[in-house]
Amino acid sequence: MHIPDGFLDVKTAVATGALALAGLGVALRQVGRSLPRARMPLLGLSAAFVFAAQMLNFPVAGGTSGHLIGGLLTAALLGPSAAVIVVSSVLFVQCFLFADGGITTLGANIFNMALIGGVGGWVIYRLFSRMCAGLTGKLIGAALAAWTSTVVASIVCAGELAASHTITWRLVFPAMAGVHALIGVGEAIITVLVLSAIAKTRPELLESSSSSTPDFGQERIGPLIAFGLLISLGLALFVAPFASPLPDGLDKTARALGFGSKAAETPALPAPIVDYKMPGISSEAIATAIAGVAGTVVVFGLAWMLAGSIARRPKALPANDP
Amino acid sequence: MQADYLDRYSRLDSPLHRQPAGGKVMVAMAVVVIAVTLPRAHAIWLAPLATLLIVLALVSQVPLRYLGQRMLLLEPLVVGVAVLSLLQSGGWQVFVLLISRTSICLLAMLLLANTTPFSDLLRVLRRAHLPGLIITTLMLMYRYLFVLVDESIRMKRARAARTFAHKRLPLWRNTATIIGQLFIRASERGERIFAAMCARGWQ
Repeated sequence: MHIPDGFLDVKTAVATGALALAGLGVALRQVGRSLPRARMPLLGLSAAFVFAAQMLNFPVAGGTSGHLIGGLLTAALLGPSAAVIVVSSVLFVQCFLFADGGITTLGANIFNMALIGGVGGWVIYRLFSRMCAGLTGKLIGAALAAWTSTVVASIVCAGELAASHTITWRLVFPAMAGVHALIGVGEAIITVLVLSAIAKTRPELLESSSSSTPDFGQERIGPLIAFGLLISLGLALFVAPFASPLPDGLDKTARALGFGSKAAETPALPAPIVDYKMPGISSEAIATAIAGVAGTVVVFGLAWMLAGSIARRPKALPANDP
Repeated sequence: MQADYLDRYSRLDSPLHRQPAGGKVMVAMAVVVIAVTLPRAHAIWLAPLATLLIVLALVSQVPLRYLGQRMLLLEPLVVGVAVLSLLQSGGWQVFVLLISRTSICLLAMLLLANTTPFSDLLRVLRRAHLPGLIITTLMLMYRYLFVLVDESIRMKRARAARTFAHKRLPLWRNTATIIGQLFIRASERGERIFAAMCARGWQ
């Protein structure tokens, strides 16, 4: 999924670069504040580990082989902020040492693999590992998160390519999503196998990544909100404009049943953003993107307020140094 | 060390290797940015850019076979995506343009990587005032990358010498165990490194 130079145009490269820079800034701030000095070398070593792990091949079929991507694995082991730094470092070295992934597309690659693959996957992983306690919950969460984050990252990658007018969305979306739906299965299996292998020998390494860790400090809600906002903005910018030119399921049913026109005639409430397009903006794609961003911000704010009122504060666990 | 093939040629002695790293980074960035932003109507200007890079490659004394191999290794993905572009209207032009653009960028970055030691590159970044945490992470990563790759090769060999599994599932499980063990060893090594850094007066 490393996008090479020349595949993204200037506006997409700049936009993804800004998103990646902001994400990296948030991660550096959070890690700089909460990481004990004694654990600092672990960041560099984890980056070297991800690199080395990617060189180990898993035979698939007919002579082909795949390898671990490792975004979610890093996030599950170290927490989201550290994972952003580690995965970004890996991408940086791959770009400058091996020309794998371009330099103008470094921002896009960091956004796709570190922010969506790492942080986005971590959120899913955390949800599941909290819902069912013990190793089972962690492994189920890891499998789902590995698959989802791989596929979503590839879809965003497709959106970036389409936004750059390199390839049309209609061609690139099924190709990317289809291939990565399979790659994601491999990634999920490898991640689960690796996590269960670590749980067998050093279970406390898995514990330290959950809730109140003595190692990386509590994952504060602030950076998570910032990451969430950045990811939502990226999705709104690169995926929403292409999401669907066709009428969605409800629209189609309504039209088929013949009450589509009726519903359209008398809106109970005049919507501020009609059909996801901002009024007064001519270019359709840009208007859709702006509407998407505005909608994202609003929905995000509402969800945050709702979550804040519902969520109960987790009790601080006693810190036990391994 | 077996994994030194990863950046074997960055310490050769040629006119290009002797240039300051900062200048080389600037030139490589300029070439990439020009190649990426050149409008379609002026695409012919990519030819002199490619000629310049080939001349530089000859000057650099990096074996051309090696450069070619690395480019071919990275091209499949480029070609894969570019072939998709053939399916859309006017795809032929897009296809040629994409391939030539990315090939030029690839060659520029490969030349930069193979004529500049990574530590010099990091010094440039440090002068550009990148945050210290990321520089330290990159330095440690580069330092231990080869150690960990070697370690994983040793573990794989030890495993292969002891088990005769050729079925897919045990093979996957074995490799995953190696990866898990690699992480455990890396994190333990990190603790030892910190102690060593402190012992040598690291602040």
